[in-house]
Amino acid sequence: MDIVDTTTLKAAGIDDYLSVNSFLQKRENIFDLTQKAQEAVLCPKDYGAYNHELRHAIAARICLLNDDQITADHYSFNAGTYRALIDPGNTGHDFDLGHVLNFIDKVATRPRDVTKEDIKTLQKAGVKDPDIVRLAELNSFMAYQIRLIAGLRLLKGFES
Amino acid sequence: MSEFIKTFTREVPDWKPRVKPVSLDEATEAQLDALKITPSNTKVSDYVLTLAHDVESLKVRSPLFNAIMYDKGGLKRSERELGAIAASLLNSCIYCNAVHMSRHAQLEKDTSVTDSILADGENAKLPDRDAAIFQFSLKLSSCPPDVSNEDLIDLEEAGLKQDEVLDLVLSTALFGWANRLMHILGDPVKPKNDNN
Repeated sequence: MDIVDTTTLKAAGIDDYLSVNSFLQKRENIFDLTQKAQEAVLCPKDYGAYNHELRHAIAARICLLNDDQITADHYSFNAGTYRALIDPGNTGHDFDLGHVLNFIDKVATRPRDVTKEDIKTLQKAGVKDPDIVRLAELNSFMAYQIRLIAGLRLLKGFES
Repeated sequence: MSEFIKTFTREVPDWKPRVKPVSLDEATEAQLDALKITPSNTKVSDYVLTLAHDVESLKVRSPLFNAIMYDKGGLKRSERELGAIAASLLNSCIYCNAVHMSRHAQLEKDTSVTDSILADGENAKLPDRDAAIFQFSLKLSSCPPDVSNEDLIDLEEAGLKQDEVLDLVLSTALFGWANRLMHILGDPVKPKNDNN
């Protein structure tokens, strides 16, 4: 895949990196690996308790928690039946996912406040340890990508 | 009984997972395959064994981490570490903060920058170029990210070139990721071999 076709550069609004953004060429491998990491957390073969549509809804929700509507739009398209959960105001109780979204929102917005009690709460609600790791990986990747995109927009002189 | 570490330090702690790591005896073929490509082949850490629960992420994360922190050119190593330190401070990840303060001190052969951060945290008074890097990384790490064109101008005025700013964005963003694994999935604890 050409790196201008990656979600990261598209969401940053960079579509002509060869002529305009030659500084990106030196790090082409990183943008390629970033796209592979995105596929690993959004569309894994072994998705555990959280299918691809739900993962896209969670990704878009995390973008909105970070005031990034443009990147949210890249993910919301594939949220399918979980589309309602993109709205950070939706508690997820209708989907029996209140505990999951509480955890997602806290890790995304206030990671410093997360304690082992938050992990115990998930475990008591029946979330298996591999699924806790999967939720953390999805959240972590989104934290990375959203900040990378924010930085790229600055470097491009992007005005939002 | 593990003794949890609750204050920032440059002495690298051990890490105690809050979930049960993958047991090598019970690991799947895919997990064993992914574990081979981690930086340490001799002893697999509890951290890597924990991440092996999500094997597809683990497999791609290690080469990405190494590329962002170690690839040649652009921002010098210790300044990438400073981005990691700022993110880990803001996100209160004591483990990542310690690892990267320690590396910064080794690379610079000087502890004055990390001494200042240990003493005054986000208000640390640093030399101009380090201060611009540190403040930018703190702002990029917040939720939502809080960087503006003025911050980019501050970096340029401190002497950073465009490719160096990209490397700083990458290392800071990467620790938005790493902190949300290390600080969320485990606790920093006093090293077992530490008798002090």
